[in-house]
Formats: sequence, C-alpha cells, structure tokens
Amino acid sequence: MNIDAPQQTHPNYLADRAERGLDDDPRGTVVDLSAVPLVLDSGAELNHVSVAYQTYGALNANKSNAVVICHALTLDQHVANPHPITGKPGWWDVMVGPGKLIDTDRYFVICANVLGGCLGTTGPQEVNPDTGKPWGVDFPVITIGDMVRVQAALIDQLGIPDLFCVLGGSMGGMQVLDWAARYPNKVFSAMPIATTSLHSAQNIAFHEVGRQAIMADPDWHGGDYYGTGTSPKSGLSVARMAAHITYLSEAGLHQKFGRRLQDRQALTYGFDADFQIESYLRHQGISFVERFDANSYLYITRAMDYFDLAADYRGRLANAFRDTATRFFVASFTSDWLYPTAESKAVVRALNAAGAPVSFVEIETDKGHDAFLLDEPEFHDSLRGFLAAAAEARGI
Amino acid sequence: MVGHHEARARDIRVDLLEIGRMVEPGSRVLDIGCGDGELLYHLTHERNADARGIEISREGVNACLARGLSVVQGNADTDLVDYPTAGFDYVILSQTLQAMRDTRATLQQMLRIGRRAIVSFPNFGFWRVRLKLLLDGKMPETETLDQPWYNTPNIHLCTIRDFLDLCDELGVTVEQQLVIDKKGKPSAAALSTRYANLFADQGVFLLSYQGAQDQARAQGDGNRPAAF
Repeated sequence: MNIDAPQQTHPNYLADRAERGLDDDPRGTVVDLSAVPLVLDSGAELNHVSVAYQTYGALNANKSNAVVICHALTLDQHVANPHPITGKPGWWDVMVGPGKLIDTDRYFVICANVLGGCLGTTGPQEVNPDTGKPWGVDFPVITIGDMVRVQAALIDQLGIPDLFCVLGGSMGGMQVLDWAARYPNKVFSAMPIATTSLHSAQNIAFHEVGRQAIMADPDWHGGDYYGTGTSPKSGLSVARMAAHITYLSEAGLHQKFGRRLQDRQALTYGFDADFQIESYLRHQGISFVERFDANSYLYITRAMDYFDLAADYRGRLANAFRDTATRFFVASFTSDWLYPTAESKAVVRALNAAGAPVSFVEIETDKGHDAFLLDEPEFHDSLRGFLAAAAEARGI
Repeated sequence: MVGHHEARARDIRVDLLEIGRMVEPGSRVLDIGCGDGELLYHLTHERNADARGIEISREGVNACLARGLSVVQGNADTDLVDYPTAGFDYVILSQTLQAMRDTRATLQQMLRIGRRAIVSFPNFGFWRVRLKLLLDGKMPETETLDQPWYNTPNIHLCTIRDFLDLCDELGVTVEQQLVIDKKGKPSAAALSTRYANLFADQGVFLLSYQGAQDQARAQGDGNRPAAF
C-alpha cells in the first residue's frame, strides 16, 4: 500500500462525531469476520467483512437462549437502547428489554447491522481496506441471503451453536425466512412478521422511485460523494418520503392528518407545506438523511428487490422448508398494503405444504405496515403466547 | 406428568374425547375450527398426534398459541383450498358443518386434505327437535341448538339421514358412526340409521373415500386396525 496516498480511515458518521466533539462509537461492538472471505450471491468476493452489532442480556450456560433480531431497511442494530445518533429510543423498545416480550433477562438478544448497512457493518460508506477509500458504488450488489450468511458467521464467531428464535419484520422478516430455509437446524423458532417471500412488482416500483430520486440528485456524484462535504440529501429525502407513505395506511393517514393545515388558517396558494401531511413527510425526509447513507439505501433496496425465496428452491416455496422442525409464527396486519396479508398467507401455505409447524395471525389495525414496530396489544399477546410455549419446549 | 395429562383427559368434552378415540395414535391431524385448542391439546398429548388447527377468533388463536399448539387464523369457508392434498391423516370438523357456507365443498375439501375426515353435527332429526317443531310450530331450541333462528350461525342444519344421503351422493364411505346424547356421552345403541336419526342429539362420523381406502390397502397400509 502506498503510504503517501491520502487515506480516509473512518466513514463519515465517525468523522462527523469527532467534529462535534463526541468520542463514543455509535456502531456498538464491531467484529472483524475477514478470516473467512465471503462469496456473494452475485459471485463477487468480499475479503473484508466487519459486522457491528448490539447484544442484550446474557447467553445461558447451555447456549440455548440466543435470539437474533433482523432489522428492517432503514433501521439498525440499536434495537433496544437509545440511538447514539438520534437519541431516540431503540426501534423495538416496546418489544425488547428486561421484563418485556422479548425478555432480555431471559434471552440473549443479538441484533447486527446488515451487510450493506450504514452503521458499522461493511457497506458502501465503509472504507475498503484494499484502496483506503470508501467503497461507494464499487461495493458489490448484495442480497438478503448474503446478509443472512454474514449474520450466521457472526453467530459462529460468538460460539453460539444454534438460535432459540430468529425474528424480524419487513426486510427483517425476509431475513428470518432465509435464515429458516438456509439453516433449519440452527433455528428453533422463527417469526417472520409483516413480510413476504418475494418482492412484488409494486414493491420494486416504489424502490425504483427512491433510487432514481437519489441518483438524480447532483450531489450524488455517481455514488462518489464521500469526502466532498456533500451528500444527495434532497434525493434521499424524497426517497424516504415516498417510501414512508407505503409504511402507513390510507385510513391511518386520514385519521392522523386529514386535510388539516400546517400552522396556518387558510391555503396560501403556493407550494409551501400547506397541509400537515406535507410537513410531516418533509420532516421524515430531512431527519432521515441525518442518520442514513444514500448509497446504503440503494444497495439495501436492491437486495430486497432481488428477494424471491422460491426462486432459490426450484421455484417452489415449500421446497425451502421441506422437513424443517423449526416452529413458525407468521403475522400480518390488515392495513399493511406494502406486504399485505396475502403474502403472509402464501408463506403459511408453503409451510403447510412442507409439513412445517406453523401458526399465523392477522392483526386488525389501521397503522399499516409500520404496525409491527408499534405497541399493538393483540399482536403482542399472540407473540407472547407463541414465544412462551416455544421457550417451554426448548427448556429455557 | 402422566397424572397431569390424565387430569386433562378427564376434563375434555366427552364428544371430543370420542373423536380423539377415532384418531390413530401418531397421526397428522387438522382440526377445523379448533377453538381454544382443547381437542388439539388432547390429540397432541394423549394420541401423540402432530395436530394443527384453523380458528377464526383471535381469543381462540391466542389460547392455542399459549398452549404451544400450531394454529392458523383463518376462515374455513375460504381457506381450506390453501392446504396441501393428502397432507393429513385426519381432518376434523366438530360441531361446525351446519355453519359452513358450502357443505358439499367443505366435505370434499376435507377428504382432499386428509385421508379421513371426522365430522360431528347436531341432529335435526332428534325426537325432541321434531316434537318442538310439531307441537310449538316454531324453530326448535334445544341445549345443542341453543340460539334463536335469527341469531344462529347454523345455516345448513340437517338430520343424520340427510347427511348420510349427501355422503352417498359424494361417494363418501362412512367407516364409523357414533351417536352422542345431549351430554356428549356416546350411546352404545348406534344401531340402525333410523334409530340414530330419531334418538341421537348429535352424530359423529368417520369418513373416507372408498377409493382412498383401496389405494391405501394396495400400498400395504398394514397399521390400520382391521375394523376399518
């Protein structure tokens, strides 16, 4: 390596924090998994893989109480602690913690930033050790399966033979399905929530809108914006706004915002945010760019678009779960039009066809896709029962 | 542990116990409309069955989940098509046939999904029912049929003879039939159809397609009891 070449040894989010006089590490624990090179589904090889993760609770003596939580597209490893960058509570704080549903006094919970993510796990804004520069769009395209294999490598590294439960919603649910299909003997129970076994044309379409918004932003610089002092904030913000609509329901939006005006008594006959919903979406967009990397957004949405579990198993989803002993709990939400109930039912149908033990609930709510993140008592009651019975069967 | 399960067995509704007796130990069973999982639990722990349920109510589903049972929330009128052909040894429909929208299709689906079906339903030919209609000239209400006509989920009530006629029409074989009194106790006197149709409060039937039976026999299905 040429030592005279300028080297950026830290991704932007660390440099930002140093500038602001913050010396903590927002990534949590980072482990280097480079010992085993990762051959991606694309065929590309990643020689350097690091994973940033958080753990809660303690592994018991016979290592039977490990729970892996898989996060969704725009979330990260900070599932049950205040977020180091935003200061907001952990994204599944309602679910995970001491005495909570996923009881960290009882289970050892692990949540890792996904491959391609932007908070410490190898991804486009992390520095490529071979070049000393951030990967940018030289980062290879990844898949949900790649993410899961990296998580499995982490679990190996931690010396955990198998998992009591793998759970997650949305893209997290896709990882859960992949985990269960790929490592049936390592997954005692699986909870794919508000998810799908394949990304539909409509799902891909919304993602493409988001990606085009990012790439149309001049500050994207062909993906090479690290170190320029700018980033495609407008593009990423629009991507977030469009996506955020898909996380809510029409009824929920109407109830929350209606046609109410934002801090004004009358229409302005201009393009300011007259309506509360406009103001809300703009806020969502702007706050998102503070914590998320635009290139990561490109890569992770692409991974989701490529997700079609049946295609990996000779075109038949049931093949993915043949002879599995994993206990499944599938849940969907009535007003989720991003991954509607029919998608979950297709998973249940395949699991039944494979003879897998499967339970399914559809929760009535107007909270849309985001319901899985919220305090939905009926959902939590169902999940609690399933988990308690599974823990009993596992002898935890 | 054994004592615990025995206590459970004693607690179970008698008609469910009778249904449980029809199930070969170690079978794969689907219970349609499994409620809080009483029968599923019994089959799992007393008959060593791999038992699954379909239930429409959230309370029922949550009760099943808490007991560690596999249950799918759904509507039996629409969701049976989602189940794989011959995925189960038995498909059970207890006290619900008369509430199904399409009775024929339900029976056919049950015998597609399972090699055998077990069906129980209230007998509208029961003498007390006949007498009430005859004397009062009103839709009968009994302990088994305990809702007024405008408020009952029962849309396709039938007598035992009606049911057997339908089985005939569909080419379905009745392998076993049980007569149950209003307390759910089986009557040994399940003799003639005429007798059952008059004196049974409820009937329980073990059904199959004769063709499926012949096929199973041809494949050397030696574990089935001779009585079948």
